[in-house]
Amino acid sequence: MRMDLIQPFIGSLDAVLAEMMKAPARIVDLTMEPEGYRRKGLAASVTFKGEIEGRVILDMEPPAAAHVAGYLSGGEVDPAEPIVPETVCELANMVIGNAVTQLNDRGYQFKVFPPAVLTEEQTAAAGQESEASILCFETPQGNVYLNIAMHYHRRRARERAPVVTSQ
Amino acid sequence: MKQFEALTRKKDNQAVRCLIVDDSVFARKSLAKMIESFGGQVVGEAGDGCTAITEYARTKPDIVLMDITMPQMEGIEAVERIVAEHPEARIVMVSSVGYQDNILAALQKGARHFVQKPVKPDALYEIIRYVLNDDGVTSPVGAGGEKSR
Repeated sequence: MRMDLIQPFIGSLDAVLAEMMKAPARIVDLTMEPEGYRRKGLAASVTFKGEIEGRVILDMEPPAAAHVAGYLSGGEVDPAEPIVPETVCELANMVIGNAVTQLNDRGYQFKVFPPAVLTEEQTAAAGQESEASILCFETPQGNVYLNIAMHYHRRRARERAPVVTSQ
Repeated sequence: MKQFEALTRKKDNQAVRCLIVDDSVFARKSLAKMIESFGGQVVGEAGDGCTAITEYARTKPDIVLMDITMPQMEGIEAVERIVAEHPEARIVMVSSVGYQDNILAALQKGARHFVQKPVKPDALYEIIRYVLNDDGVTSPVGAGGEKSR
């Protein structure tokens, strides 16, 4: 997978975690996952179609997700409360939205779809994707993972390119 | 959360009335907390563009905070429809996706401003003040307008 497509997601996750967790976060691992997706905590997925196609999953260990939910709702939140997966969804929306904005500014055209909490069935389906890159961020409240499976769609880019005719 | 100088309507010194449109319940709650910290009043919420149109007609808010990517009807189309019916509508787009094309489209359809998520309270406060222009005034914390919810 091209690093120039992944880099905006790293920067975006770093910035959003710093803003929403008010705590330092650092990348501790970057791996490839050829054998399918395995959920680590509470996860939400965002898909996009166009010149770049694929999906990104934000996967948070429950204490980390509960910390963000608690910070934003102004009180202690138990990881089992319904607001916690909703928080992961909105966080995924912010991380991925900010990253795709940067890619769009570089000229890539695509459409982003609303985030969805990953159920068990969807987790299995997500595992059927092609090879994914997994970024692991460490925070004081637990790890946060970004699972990125996407590819550059050359044909769509050509379709958008202007037709040059010789005279 | 930090308390801001209360935002009130110049015409009657009442709290500024706000409609929040976002498909994420969490995002709506987060924005509602900010509005309350500004001394404003949340008069309605909607989770998609269609509901936003009916909620606007029902509540006639001073400000609308509108997400872009939503199911059923996206924010930009909802802006177009609301402004067509209510040209005085003051709508601020609030989205994590900040494509220039999206922002331009929203402004062309009648949105007054754009703020990217994650939303910083100070930035949103200043944008609302700017969009309200002469129709909004601020007063020190505790001296804000009456709430008639």
